[in-house]
Amino acid sequence: MNPLAPPITTTYRDAMRMALREALKRDPRVFLMGEDVGRYGGTYAVTRGLLDEFGEDRIRDTPLSESVFVGAGIGAAMNGMLPIVEVMTCNFSLLALDQILNNAATLRHMSGGQFSIPLVIRMATGAGRQLAAQHSHSFEGWYAHIPGIKVLTPATIEDARGMLWTALMDPDPVIIFENALLYNLEGNLAADAGPVGIDRAIVRRTGDDLTLVTYGGSLHKTIQAAERLAGQGISSEVIDLRTLRPLDMETVLESLAKTHRMVIIDEGWKSGSLSAEIMARVMEQAFYDLDAPIERVCSVEVPIPYARHLEQAAIPQVETILAAALRTVKNHV
Amino acid sequence: MYEFRMPSLGADMEAGTLVEWLIKTGDTVNRGQVVAVVETQKGAVDVEIWEDGTVDKIVVETGRKVPVGELLALLRTPNGASSAAPEKSREDTTPQSVQKPTITNTESLHSEAAPVATLSVRQRVSPSARKLAEERGIDIASVQPSEAGAAISRADVERVAKMGASGSVTAKPIPPDWHSQMRVAIAAAMSRSKREIPHYYLATDIDVTRVVSWIESENLKRSVSDRILPVVPFMRAVSMALNEVPELNGFWIEGESRPSSAVHLGMAISMRGGGLVAPAIHDSDGKGIDQLMVDLRDLVTRVRSGRLRSSEMSDPTVTFTNLGEKGVEGVFGVIYPPQVAIIGLGKISERPWVEGGQVVVRKVATITLAADHRASDGHRGGLFLAALDRLLQEPEGLR
Repeated sequence: MNPLAPPITTTYRDAMRMALREALKRDPRVFLMGEDVGRYGGTYAVTRGLLDEFGEDRIRDTPLSESVFVGAGIGAAMNGMLPIVEVMTCNFSLLALDQILNNAATLRHMSGGQFSIPLVIRMATGAGRQLAAQHSHSFEGWYAHIPGIKVLTPATIEDARGMLWTALMDPDPVIIFENALLYNLEGNLAADAGPVGIDRAIVRRTGDDLTLVTYGGSLHKTIQAAERLAGQGISSEVIDLRTLRPLDMETVLESLAKTHRMVIIDEGWKSGSLSAEIMARVMEQAFYDLDAPIERVCSVEVPIPYARHLEQAAIPQVETILAAALRTVKNHV
Repeated sequence: MYEFRMPSLGADMEAGTLVEWLIKTGDTVNRGQVVAVVETQKGAVDVEIWEDGTVDKIVVETGRKVPVGELLALLRTPNGASSAAPEKSREDTTPQSVQKPTITNTESLHSEAAPVATLSVRQRVSPSARKLAEERGIDIASVQPSEAGAAISRADVERVAKMGASGSVTAKPIPPDWHSQMRVAIAAAMSRSKREIPHYYLATDIDVTRVVSWIESENLKRSVSDRILPVVPFMRAVSMALNEVPELNGFWIEGESRPSSAVHLGMAISMRGGGLVAPAIHDSDGKGIDQLMVDLRDLVTRVRSGRLRSSEMSDPTVTFTNLGEKGVEGVFGVIYPPQVAIIGLGKISERPWVEGGQVVVRKVATITLAADHRASDGHRGGLFLAALDRLLQEPEGLR
């Protein structure tokens, strides 16, 4: 690919498909399976066209049994394949939680290092599409609780394009959470875009007064809030965590050491959550950098409602992020 | 494990400097023992401890200025959960743990005074601001928040640092000498009083001829060193009258009246070179004039030598001021928060007095009450002054 070629305009969905095609082309051990990924082209149309291009052996429709096809993926990975398993949404992944937690995450340890599980599981996450509670929750924070797996949350077109191959090359299970609202996200992608690192968080916007820590679907709302804060003379730094496990606290703490104030934006619930974990680590590692209490903007602790106005009220929004940021800056100056 | 913390020695105290430890690690201490000397804006105070136990650890070194409520030392208590060192203390603590519940009298006395200690609100400082102040060598106690009630932030510390660097203002705005500091303390307490307490004022002229002649005749029977000052029977009468109108004796805390069952009369004592303290004579209602005289003399001596005890500073339930000694007719006092009353004794002088249709010469004093209208009403205040008058007419009852 020519690095000097002009960038292309594409979407998060197409970038993800590019990543799948690259993986399928690069390594014959790679195959994709999941519900409706073949003939239907994927519930979110991510895998459209792949069946025709790569054939039934490598693009496999599965029965509606998450435990079975995730388990099959683990077995394939143990036997030398590089499976990509798509679970339609993370809500259904709970049916496969036993496979993920008790098998995928543990077998390296329980076998004394004899088995690697180079499995990648992709799943959609998040609310905002009026699909009601059983299709709208955000469980990436839960999965980040589990030792033995990595949890990725691509929030940009570059990361959608680049994280998959790096995840496949990891010898341990990796789960990629794709916020379903991001699939239509449009933007530029470098013509030579390819695999990206998955070890570090990224500062998406630099600032001095306040650090806004977020990931996934909330990143774009957070950036909008940061732009509005700038209009009020408040300079905020936006950190995209990208990987929830392992957490890159170094990037977070480096920013906090500069701004001394922090708001965490996480579409998960507050109780026992990723946002709580970040706060706890700040207390442990950087208590004396804090100039104000950390605030969190999270989902209201209810099953995500179906009604549009209630659903919108239940999840983080630009307005609520803005309000929390202003409280943190103005009430504690 | 009992945590011995910097006590609040009055509502206006924010911090104190630990001047001297009178205990060391491993020492056995008893309730009421003076364990440390703390320098406050009102001078050096002997600080007592209210637990029995063994000193486990001295946390704060001498010479350090620490805010009210900060941990000073750890004490292994006989029946406390001595998780830190159970193996060490087991053999000497087991027998004592049976003893502990029997301590009741002084216990209740001091738990009543406890609200005073919690009243002094600890200034909130952000962790980062505290660290920054340490790095810049700025005393955090000299930093003011941007507005009252707010936490001190980095910006506040930086403002002080900037002023210090430009040389216009020193980093320590409070001058080191105690008299100026005491002015600051008095200013804070009195401003708060006038800001928060709706005072009402009552004054009564009382014929004190009988009580004055009684004391004079008593003193004739005594050696010079045992003589009773004229103010002492008034202290006795005030303490007794307070028992009849308990809402004047105690505190106003968090929006409610908290009368004290014990009367700890705070005696306003002016200090040489200016300034004022009002330490407590504990349980003054239960003490006769001889004991009150002994206590008063002891208190005045120690005020002048600057060796008050922490409980004397924090326990007064009411204040009594005797400016009449200096010749004033009447005192309309300012209440020391969170107390709810201050009683003033004016000059005792011979005045024309009408009795049974005759104008006679009597020794008369104007006795005043300034009280917190939130805690009591003028009617009750009037009853208090009437009770005082009645008690003063029967001096033998004051013995």
